[in-house]
Amino acid sequence: MKQTVLNAAHRQAGAKMVDFGGWEMPINYGSQIEEHHAVRTAVGMFDVSHMTVIDVAGKEATDFLYKLLANDITKLFTNQALYSTMLNHQGGVIDDLITYKISDTAYRVVVNAATREKDLAWFSQEIEGFDATMQEQADTAMIAVQGPQAMATIQPLLDLDLSDTKRFYAAHNEQLFVGRTGYTGEDGVEIILPAARAEDLWNQLLAGGVQPCGLGARDTLRLEAGMHLYGQDMDENITPLECGLAWTIRKDNLEFNGAMALEEKKASGVNKKLVGLVLNGRGILRHDQPVSDGQGHSGIITSGGYSPTTEQAIAMAVVDKDIELDAIEVQIRNKSLPCRAVKLPFVRNGKSLIED
Amino acid sequence: MSYVPDNLKYTASHEWLEDLGNGVYRVGITEFAQAQLGDIVFVELPEVDESYAQEDECGVVESVKTASDIYCPLVGTVTAVNDALEDTPELINDSPYDDGWIFELELGEDADIGSLLSAEDYRNSIADED
Repeated sequence: MKQTVLNAAHRQAGAKMVDFGGWEMPINYGSQIEEHHAVRTAVGMFDVSHMTVIDVAGKEATDFLYKLLANDITKLFTNQALYSTMLNHQGGVIDDLITYKISDTAYRVVVNAATREKDLAWFSQEIEGFDATMQEQADTAMIAVQGPQAMATIQPLLDLDLSDTKRFYAAHNEQLFVGRTGYTGEDGVEIILPAARAEDLWNQLLAGGVQPCGLGARDTLRLEAGMHLYGQDMDENITPLECGLAWTIRKDNLEFNGAMALEEKKASGVNKKLVGLVLNGRGILRHDQPVSDGQGHSGIITSGGYSPTTEQAIAMAVVDKDIELDAIEVQIRNKSLPCRAVKLPFVRNGKSLIED
Repeated sequence: MSYVPDNLKYTASHEWLEDLGNGVYRVGITEFAQAQLGDIVFVELPEVDESYAQEDECGVVESVKTASDIYCPLVGTVTAVNDALEDTPELINDSPYDDGWIFELELGEDADIGSLLSAEDYRNSIADED
C-alpha cells in the first residue's frame, strides 16, 4: 500500500488506518463524530496528500483547460479557484477537480487520488496539439485545515499573508501553495507544501490544538455540505445534467469535451435528477438503497449516512425527474420508510439548513 | 488488546452472553466489535416475545461507517430489549458489556450451549486483528 509522508504521525496520533484506493490512510483517530464536530465548531485537519497535483503551463494552457473542462476557465481572475467536471466524449464524468489560476499561462489542478492514472492519461492525450505542458507534482504533501477557527489558527504558522485571500482564492510563494478551499462546507484552507516540510506543519497544528480528522469525518462533512464524491455520486456512466452538477457546465458554447453529448442528452430529455433526502423516522440512509414514490418512479441513494450536526439520517439520491417528492420512501432491509426531499446543502457554516 | 471478560461466553460473530440463571442469557456485542464498527448511531432491536433460531439475524447495529447484523447466538425467545439504545445507541461504544447490552434471551430446549466460545477461545479468534 502507498503511504503519505504523514503515515507515522497518524499512527502516533492513534489513527486507525485503512486501505483507501491503494493508499494507507487514517479513517479516524478514535471518534469520527468528535472529529466531525471539531470541524463544525472549531478547527480540524486532514492529510489529503494522496490527492494528485498537476501543474499545467504554456502559451495555450488556458486553451487546453478550456477544452478539457466543462466549466469556464476563462472567467477566473489570477489566484482564483474553479470547481469543474472533466467529461469524456459521451458526456460521462471522468473526474471532478479544482483548478487554480496562477497566471494567464499557468494553472494548478488537483484531482482525486483514486482516478490519478486515468486522469493523467486523459490529460496527456488531450494536451496533444496545444502549446502547453503538464507536470505532476509528486513530491508534495497536502494538508487541509478546516473549521470556523481555521484561518486564525493557520495564519501564524505560515510565512504567507492570507489576509487578502478570499474564499475560493489562493496565495502562494516558492514553498507554499494555500487555497482557501475545502470539502467540508466550512471556511478553511488546503495547503500544498514540499513533502519534507509536512510533518513539521502537522505537528505545529497538533500542538496548537487542531483535531486530526480521518476519512470518516471527511465523508460525513462533505455529505452534510452537499458535495459530490467521485465514484459514488457520479462516474463515467452519468452526465453532470443528471446528478446535480449542471451548474458546473458552461452554457455559452460547445467548445469542451462532452459538450455535443450533453446537447444530445438535453434534446432527448434529461430524465434524472439529484435530490437531498432526510429520513423521517429512525434508521440510517446508505449508498445503494433504492427509493420510490409508489407511483412508478424510482431512484437510488448515491451517498447516505448519519449526519452528526443535524442528528438525522441524510442522503443524496439520483431519482427519476418526475418522482413525487412528497411520497419518497426508502427501502431498508425489507421495510419502506418515508423520507422527505430537501434542498442541498444540509449544513453550511456550522448550521443545519434542513427545514422541519 | 480488547477487553474480553472471563465470565462471559462468546460467538465468532462477536456477540457476548451473560448467564442470568433460569435459562436466560443477556446478549450484547464485544468491545472488539464496537471498536471495529466505530461510533454507533442506530440500533434496530429484536422484538420481545419473538423466537429465533441460532444464527438468525435478529437486529442491526449501525455505526457511522457501516451496518452490521446482530445474530441470535442460540435458539430461543427474546424476553427483554435495552430500550435505552433507541435514544443513546452510543452506550454500546461506552459500555459494551454493561449499559450497552442489547437483549435477553430465554433459551429454547435444544439450545447448543456447547457451540459458544470461552473467553480464551474468543481472544484467540480475534488475536490476528486485535
